[in-house]
Amino acid sequence: MPGLTQTGKNIYQWFEDRLGLGKPVMEAVEHEVPESTASWWYVFGSAATVLLVMQVMTGVLLGLVYSPSAGHAWSSLEFLDHSVRLGWFLRALHGWGSDFMIAIVLIHMAQVFLFGAYKFPRELTWIVGVVSLLLTLAMAFTGQVLRFDQDSYWGLGIGASIVSRVPWIGGPLVRLMLGGPIIAGPTLTRFFALHVFIIPGLLIAMVAVHLWMVLRLGINEWPMPGRLVSKTTYTRNYQKLTRDTGIAFVPDAAWKDAIFAAAIMLAVMACAFFFGPFGPTGQPDPTIIQTAPKPDFAFLWIYAVLAYLPPSLETPMLFIAPVLGIGAMLLLPLLSPQGEKHWSRRPIAVLMVAVIAVVLGVFTHLGTYTPWSPIMDAWTSDPIPVIYLQGRTPLERQGALVLQNKQCRNCHSIGGSGGLRGPALDGVATRMTEDQIFRQVLQGGGNMPAYGNALSPPETKALVRFLSTLNNKNEPKAIDASRNLVTAAPDKTAPVGVH
Amino acid sequence: MNSNEEPNLPIEADADQTLMDQATLVRRAGHSRRTFLFKLSLLANGVVGAVMAVPIIGYLLGPGSKTAAAEEYWVPLGPITNFPEGETRLATFRNPVTTAWDGQTGDVPCWVRRQSGTTFQVFAINCAHLGCPVRWFSESKLFLCPCHGGAYYEDGARASGPPERGLFVYDHKLSGDLLMISAGTMPTLATRQTTTAETLTQIAAAIPSAAIPMPKPRCASCQD
Ligand code: FES
Repeated sequence: MPGLTQTGKNIYQWFEDRLGLGKPVMEAVEHEVPESTASWWYVFGSAATVLLVMQVMTGVLLGLVYSPSAGHAWSSLEFLDHSVRLGWFLRALHGWGSDFMIAIVLIHMAQVFLFGAYKFPRELTWIVGVVSLLLTLAMAFTGQVLRFDQDSYWGLGIGASIVSRVPWIGGPLVRLMLGGPIIAGPTLTRFFALHVFIIPGLLIAMVAVHLWMVLRLGINEWPMPGRLVSKTTYTRNYQKLTRDTGIAFVPDAAWKDAIFAAAIMLAVMACAFFFGPFGPTGQPDPTIIQTAPKPDFAFLWIYAVLAYLPPSLETPMLFIAPVLGIGAMLLLPLLSPQGEKHWSRRPIAVLMVAVIAVVLGVFTHLGTYTPWSPIMDAWTSDPIPVIYLQGRTPLERQGALVLQNKQCRNCHSIGGSGGLRGPALDGVATRMTEDQIFRQVLQGGGNMPAYGNALSPPETKALVRFLSTLNNKNEPKAIDASRNLVTAAPDKTAPVGVH
Repeated sequence: MNSNEEPNLPIEADADQTLMDQATLVRRAGHSRRTFLFKLSLLANGVVGAVMAVPIIGYLLGPGSKTAAAEEYWVPLGPITNFPEGETRLATFRNPVTTAWDGQTGDVPCWVRRQSGTTFQVFAINCAHLGCPVRWFSESKLFLCPCHGGAYYEDGARASGPPERGLFVYDHKLSGDLLMISAGTMPTLATRQTTTAETLTQIAAAIPSAAIPMPKPRCASCQD
């Protein structure tokens, strides 16, 4: 046995004599870090890196089968899912790995922000981190394009439509993005090049620089309220802290990173195993228009924002907001490189994180059920609740038929089913008088199209009659108060006008 | 070795030092010559790089340099008998510019509305908001968009929702009894007119069918 150990050592030494990498690597992994940083709060960066490695590996493996041709990409995904052994699992790992990576990167960013780690001397580390976040998102978007299905096709359409709004050069930019006049073969190949060569190359380089700086400048110490960062004293204090409380990164601090990374990998595998791969949805055939395209999870909030923005604000928001947002993130460490690090003394920072998280969460949630979208088949799939037909006159029941046939329910729910684009009609008679309903139906307004052209007078009459029977239980119907006054008491009011 | 860091030699040097002095001078001269050559090589590489960048940038920007008009062709949508009067139908055509590996993505749908006789409107499938596929609902006489809920009237005019404008329209003409449209690029704000109608019913001028030339048959994949 000792002979074997000696042989192993000799082999290592042979390589080490020639490579000379062992020593610096060992020094790097064993470097001292302040004891306070050996915390469960400091594990997200390493987990994100581990996920990146997994994404690269699964990506390469998928590349063994995937065909980046517009005519075949979709079938090659189906082939992966159904005909290649464990192909579905690899696709699922890559898909879930992407969602986890975005989540972990965002959490890492929030943690680093709240711990003031972007301050001197780690400004550039933060800036490189922001670029890495953007590259991660770019990977997610281009990856969704490579899953060349209906969502991908129309997602590209949305992208092209946004780009086409760039003043003056919109047209050429769209053609650059699509690689031709329409979304087709050359579009997929350029997104393939982006997703497989260009962006990963940049991302790996950025992560390497990021890591290098973490090693070089030392990991951010656990902030203390009142211990302010100053460019003149910080480095000395940090070195003293490391000297006084230093522990070796490996193994004393790194075991937490390793355990967390393992847990995350396990979670990715569990999700992949139990929930399977994402899509592909329908084939990328633009002539199949029975589709409601939706972006992937990470971009649902943008989808929701685009639905809610008032039209006049849209183009400015699309081009100015990202510049401001990204600019603010990049400039943050340059504008406030010194001062308080601890979250308890930075209420605005905490508030910002909370507000951004809530806003993103709310818009993402809205994006999951898209209340602004008409439900295209509601008019043929959901019947009028029987209770709304009982005790109605034939004319009113005819109106219910009109409501159904004219596809009102694609936007208006009744009895809990139907679209959410317009208000539910269950209690409409409590809110509006018959005349008001007439006007609304015929002329539209408030985001409702006018139906004057689509309804004959008898249809309109029947429809409005039916709608005026729909008042909430125990609530009277809306009435026109002035009309009541006029019709109920003509005698009393008459003299007033005579004077 | 940086020549600026050479120590100043003492004035009264012995023989050895004089020898060294000469060697240093020779080395210095060689160094400055090599520095010059290195700068020259940088320059040469800069020039070569610039020359190489021209075709690379040209290649990259290639697709962006063509104008939309250069890739618009008249394509047939079918005989007008396919389109009943007073109705709106989905028609599809093969994009005039395709590659052999485009697969189904080379097929493009559009909405054809035949108002009467020879009066047509041909709308793009792409919502004028952000390009999602609008669907025609003949009962409510509306085009509805699944993405953000945009709605358009039967004549393409905006009805409600996020779109700020009417549907994109294709130029069309009748050739004999064949309905043709001018198509080739994805309809976006940068490439296409939108419906400008303000009213619910738009009466477009009929196109005299006599004066229309027959379309020239062309190869779909040559990209000329
Ligand atoms: S794409 Fe049609 S409403 Fe947004």
